[in-house]
This record gives sequence, structure tokens and C-alpha cells, in this order.
Amino acid sequence: MQTLCAILAGIIVAASVYLILDRHLIRFIFGLVLAGNAVNLMIFTVGRLESRRPPLIPDQVTAMTVPYANALPQALILTAIVIGFALLSFVFILFYRAYQSLGTVDTELMKVAESDPEADSPASGAGDGGPV
Amino acid sequence: MSQLLILPVIVPLTAGAVAVMLRKKPGHSFVLAFASAGLQLITAGLLLRYVYSNGILASQIGSWPAPCGITLVADRLSAVMVLITAVINLAVTSYSKTDIDINLVRRGHYCLLQVLVAGVSGAFLTGDVFNLYVWFEVMLMASFGLLVLGQRKSQLDGGVKYVTINLFATLLFLTGIGLLYGLTGTLNMADLNQKIPQITDRGLLTALAVIFLGAFGIKAALFPLFFWLPASYHTPPVTVSAIFGGLLTKVGIYALIRFFTLVFAVDMAYLNYLLPAMAALTMVTGVLGAAAQNEFRRILSFHIISQVGYMVLGLSLHTRLAMAGTIFYLVHHIIVKANLFLVSGVVRQLRGSYQLSELGGLYRSNGWVAFLFFIPAFSLAGFPPLSGFWAKMILIWASLESHQYWLALVAAAVGLLTVYSMTKIWAEVFWKPAPQVTQTVQAPRFPNPSVWMLAPVAVLTGLTLVIGLGAEFVFKFAAQAAEDLTNPALYVNAVLGDQN
Repeated sequence: MQTLCAILAGIIVAASVYLILDRHLIRFIFGLVLAGNAVNLMIFTVGRLESRRPPLIPDQVTAMTVPYANALPQALILTAIVIGFALLSFVFILFYRAYQSLGTVDTELMKVAESDPEADSPASGAGDGGPV
Repeated sequence: MSQLLILPVIVPLTAGAVAVMLRKKPGHSFVLAFASAGLQLITAGLLLRYVYSNGILASQIGSWPAPCGITLVADRLSAVMVLITAVINLAVTSYSKTDIDINLVRRGHYCLLQVLVAGVSGAFLTGDVFNLYVWFEVMLMASFGLLVLGQRKSQLDGGVKYVTINLFATLLFLTGIGLLYGLTGTLNMADLNQKIPQITDRGLLTALAVIFLGAFGIKAALFPLFFWLPASYHTPPVTVSAIFGGLLTKVGIYALIRFFTLVFAVDMAYLNYLLPAMAALTMVTGVLGAAAQNEFRRILSFHIISQVGYMVLGLSLHTRLAMAGTIFYLVHHIIVKANLFLVSGVVRQLRGSYQLSELGGLYRSNGWVAFLFFIPAFSLAGFPPLSGFWAKMILIWASLESHQYWLALVAAAVGLLTVYSMTKIWAEVFWKPAPQVTQTVQAPRFPNPSVWMLAPVAVLTGLTLVIGLGAEFVFKFAAQAAEDLTNPALYVNAVLGDQN
């Protein structure tokens, strides 16, 4: 099972790298989603998989006997998922705004910042109270 | 005394949260942010004083014993980094008062600024690898917000590049953390220091170290991972450029220092050759990139890369003197670089442009601005007796001592090229007569920069002078901090002392 999960994580990483290397932001973001999942799966796997023994200490005993299901990777993954979700929602909004004002999702065509950044005007819809 | 460890983080974090509620009242939120920055400076000063006289301070959050809970640790390096962060926070907050448009304040400029500073301080103080990841994320989220706040096209463009590569670096970091945990079963840095030498599979360990080098290398803008930096740092308001340029890449450097002195405190095979090579190439490409630029802030952005190379050079030599040089360089560089960005903002305020071709004659019209530029610029270039000279001298001296003559040669040559860039700005912006062409660029909003803008620039310039003239004291401190770093047992004892 551990081997299977490790290989699966590897396959997802490969797919995500393929998508991330694309110059279209839409594919990039799908790659990012996949990569985040692959990393979480990897953390889960390195905590050693054990499905039959819950991490509970029996009566009259002070410590657990190995092997037991490791609870720490789940705590780590939970934190990573929450952070990853927040980052992803920001990235979606950012890419959407970039698409609205730059008119493209092709990173090769995004060259506004290469010229004089002072010359350009605020993007449309940037009035007070608009989304940040 | 453990409150001292928490306060420099909790003060700006709380202020950031309150600033969200106050953001519709720009006056109030400025006062709040300024008070928070001042309070953070005081607590950081107290922390440094405590650590300076009593040695490493460690605290277990929630009283969970060391390898299980989250540990906060301040050694001399952490404490001085937190103090510098607070200084920059105060300077940038003050500068924001007149530089930042009221609409941006309404959208939470001060809130993001304080959260950013909390993230940076937290990263400097944590003793736990996963907690470091969390602080990196706090810092990153706030920096994303600050970078695109205002939503000019160039900001969105720069933002896309900054966000994508930094998210990738974050995932790399998280992968490294997962593998580190799988290998050792712990994420506490002091505990890792104890467990890592027991690992027999050295190849696996080196691969893991390279993953971390990649993740932090992107954050620190090392060669060949730096391309996002000059693509984005010149796009936000100059206040934001200043705090980014001063602090963010240095968090990456700090993490590299921690990992390669504390966590991977074993012989790292080919990394012993990789790190110096990366350092040299970072220095050279950064300075050459700067030579090709003609925009004030882009020149400064490329110089961040080149200067980061010096710091990694000190880390790669791994001797006490070299580490002291790196710490001296960090302190000097953060102050000088943030200050130079702020000066570029003052120039922009006076003349309405960052383009060297559209500027000129400021020495004649505003001699004091020329002076405020002169000190940090030639400190960066390494003119004696300014702070940059000592920082560079220590590092070159350390390279010679380790018989790395080619590194010393590269460092000296890059120093000369830095002089070229700084004299270029000096000649174009201050020395040459103002161009006669009609001003097509937008008229400056305030013909005279307010005292809120000039005071931080003057104070930071003063600090540069103090570091330069009081170099002996700073060097002694840096040497002590380097002692902490080259002797990880001190750190381990402070954190795990109760159990051992």
C-alpha cells in the first residue's frame, strides 16, 4: 500500500509538472492543484500507513505500541490543505483579474511590467470598493 | 521571559487584524500601524538585549515539551533579524503615510503590511520546520496582497510571475518537510540536528538538502532561480518595493543559514561545491543584469540578487569568520536596500519618474536628497568607511583564509561593478543637468516630500553611518552570533535542555 501510494504521488507530480510548464495560466493552475494534492498524499505516505490500529493508548499502559496509525501527518496535511485552499482561491482571482485587464492567459504575451511600469493606467474596475 | 519571544510576532499580527476593521478610516489605521511598529521595535530591542546578555532564549508554546510542541527560539541571529525587521517596519509604515494612496489604505495596505511583518518575524523566531512553513505562508499571502494592491496592469503582470514561482517554491518546501519527517520522525530543528547524523543513507539526505536548497533558493533569488524578482519588484508602490527588497529575500537566506548550520550540520557531499558556485554566479549575474538596466528600481532589484550572492558566499565557506561576515552583510544590506528604494521614491516624488533618462539635476536642486542617496548607495558599493565596505571586506578576508581565492576575486570584482551601477544612478539622476524635454510623465503629487517620507530615509541613512563607523562593535556581535551558528550544541541545549 505504501509503495502504491508513493508511486501514485510520483505520477501525480509528473502530471502536475507537465501542466505547470505550460505557458497558459489555466493549465498552470490545474498543475498547481494537482501538485498540492500530490504533496499531501506524499506526507500522508511518509507517516507510514497503518489502517488497523488507531493511535489510542489502552488502559493501564502509558505508551502506544508500534505500529499504530500515525496522527501527525494528518494534522500537517490539514494545515497544508487550509493554506493551500486560501492560496488557490487567491491565485484564481489573481489570474482572472490578470485575464480581465491584460486580455490574455498566455504568459509569453504578458510583458506590461517589462516596459515602463509607471506609464500604464489603473486596470478597469479598480474603483473604490472593488475587489482587492 | 518567554513573552519576549511572542510579542514581536503577536503585536503586528494583532494590529493587522484590528487594521482590517479600521481600514475604512485611513487616519486611524495609520496611527494603529505606526503604534504597532513602534511597539514591535521596543519588544524586539528588549529581546535582543536579553539574548545579547543571557544567550539563546527558547520557549515551548502551550508548554508542550520540546520535540512535540512548537518551539520559539531566539539566538543572536534571530534576535538581530527581528530587530532589523521592526526598524524597517517602522520606516516603511512612516513612509506609507504620504506615499500610499488613500484608496489603497481603504483596501487594507496597513493590515497587509503588519501581517507581512508578523510573518517575517515569526519565520525568524520559530524553531520548528513546519511552523517555519506556516510563517512563510503568512508572509507570502500578505506579500501577494501588497504586490497587487492598486491593480495596475504592470502589478497584475508582475504579480502573476511572483505568485506562480513562489507557490511552486512553497510546494517544494512542503515536499522537503514531508520527506524530512518520513526520514527522521521529527520536525523540531534542534531534534533534527540530533537525528540527522544517525541516518545512514547519505544519498537520500543530500537529495533532501537539495530540495530545500531549491525551495529557499527561489525565495532568496539565487542563481538560476531569481528571474521572478526583477520581473515583479519594480511594479508595486515604492513603499512595498522597499519592504520586499529589504526583507523578503533575506528570509530565504535566513532559512538557508538555519538549515545548513543546524539541520544539515553534517558533511553535505557535492553541496560543498554547489553552494559556492551558486553564490559566485548569483553575484555576477545580478550585477551584470543591473548594469543593463535604466530604471531606478530595476537597477536596485538586480542588485538585491547580486548582494544575496555575497551572503550565500559566507554561508558556503562555513567558517566562523565567514558566518560573521554573512550576518554583518544581512544587517547592513537590509537597511541600505530598503533605504535606496525609499530614496528612489523620494526622487519619483520630486520628478515624477523612475527612468534615468527622464531624471537629472537633483544635486543642484535638492542637495540633501543627493546626500541621502550618496551614503546608502556607496555603502552598497563598498566604499570605506561605510557599512558595505566592512561587510565585503570580512567576506573577502574569510574567502582568502579558506584558500578560496577565486571566490575572493569574484567578490571583489562584483564590488567594483556595483560601483559602476551606483555611479550610473548618481551621474544620471543627480549629476547631469535636468533633461530639457517637456514633462510628459504625470506631475508629482507633492512637489516637496513630506517629513513622513524624509524622516525614515534620514534615520536609515544615519543607521548606515553608525554601522559603518561603529563597525567594530557590530562585527563583535556578528562574531558572537556566528559562534552560536557554528556551534549548534548551544542551540540544541537551549531547546532540548530539559530532556538531555
